[in-house]
Amino acid sequence: MFRKLVIAVISVFLFTFSANAGSDGELVLKENQTKEIKDCFEKLNRATFSFNQGLDKAIIKPIAKGYRNLPDPIQKGTKNAVTNLSNLVTIPNNVLQGDVKSAMINTGRLVVNTTVGLLGTIDVANKIGFPKYIKEDYGQTLGKWGIGPGCYVVLPVLGPSTLRDTAGSFANVMGGDPWYNASVHGNNEFLSEGLFIASKAISGVEFRANNLESFDNLEQNSIDFYASVRSLYVQDRENKIENNQRGNVEIIYKNEEDWEEIDSN
Amino acid sequence: MKKILIILLLFNLNFEQVASIEPEIFVQSTVNRASQILSKSISKEEKMNQLKSIAKDTVDIRGVGFYSLGSVRKNLNNNQKKKYLELFENYFLKSFSSRLSEYTNPKIEVQGKEILNENYTIVNSLLVGTSERPEIKIDWRVYTKNPDNPLIRDLIIEGLSLARTQKEEFSSILNSNDGDINALFKTLEEFSKN
Repeated sequence: MFRKLVIAVISVFLFTFSANAGSDGELVLKENQTKEIKDCFEKLNRATFSFNQGLDKAIIKPIAKGYRNLPDPIQKGTKNAVTNLSNLVTIPNNVLQGDVKSAMINTGRLVVNTTVGLLGTIDVANKIGFPKYIKEDYGQTLGKWGIGPGCYVVLPVLGPSTLRDTAGSFANVMGGDPWYNASVHGNNEFLSEGLFIASKAISGVEFRANNLESFDNLEQNSIDFYASVRSLYVQDRENKIENNQRGNVEIIYKNEEDWEEIDSN
Repeated sequence: MKKILIILLLFNLNFEQVASIEPEIFVQSTVNRASQILSKSISKEEKMNQLKSIAKDTVDIRGVGFYSLGSVRKNLNNNQKKKYLELFENYFLKSFSSRLSEYTNPKIEVQGKEILNENYTIVNSLLVGTSERPEIKIDWRVYTKNPDNPLIRDLIIEGLSLARTQKEEFSSILNSNDGDINALFKTLEEFSKN
């Protein structure tokens, strides 16, 4: 069911707009500098964004508020468990990006946390001095390989993305996510499709719960909330592809001359 | 004679300090001022008013305003520029102070700096985490062309630039209205009124 839904959602975006994307998108090798993202489907994206906002206000936000009221150890344990599962996607992407050292560290982290850390609910690896965990996904790997973001898209329920990142998500259900493979196609009595969907839903609620105030603040102080979210999503992805948590000035401002021309003193 | 030399030396040292303010000291002093206000038991409106006054002293509002407009600024006449800067200042001060006033008793530690060129220094800082929120990295883009009057031109929060976000927001409004600057004026005006 979930697979069909994901395939349907992605198919709508990839195939309905393929002609447009083919002409306007930048799913090509990057040149020396990052180009500004194109919003080829802006009207549809804004409509989907409004739909997502309605869904958020009616369902996701109230659930996230409830989640925030859970005792701290439960929240922390849940967060640790879904983070641990994300390692299953991070490790192959470390390898695909040529970062064998991180792949080995993250494999160690996964083994320690899944066993000693009681199915990932306790981050034992962090306590014994493993380096800070940095999540990777197939969209980031495509970016690292030089594929540009393509057009910006807003997916129903799933939120902001780009054609490149959507294709990256597609890789998860095409065999790139061992957790998906084991739970949906594993043919075992412990794991099921429902468990996979629940883990993804919890991950989403956990993210929303951590950003309740900042999203409200952003919405309240934006003159075009849609454009603000688009900008922040694109900046965040650029930083993640570069593995630069403080951002890279040359990438942040696209064109440093925009600042140089402005003389106030 | 010795006394005169000492006085001259002290005067000189003092003059040096006044003439050139290190960007990281400027940022720390600015966040200390803001923290004091945010820790006070006063209404949100009062906090916002006092934060606006700090922003007027320390942020290059005119520079941020022109940056946010992008290349469109080159096509404006002097009257439009004047009107834009008035509207932008009101919008910016309200938006900036409203964003900050949500934080109570924030503790920001300046950690270091990176000099980009003679005009710009990035000051790195950390908003210390609490039980309710994780620590947040905040970098400050400081305009240092006039070293005795450094000014903030951007805040980069966890790698996300507020100035770039604002610029892309303005650009989106202009694109949705066939590049009509009056549409942006109207949006800024409405935001400041509400």
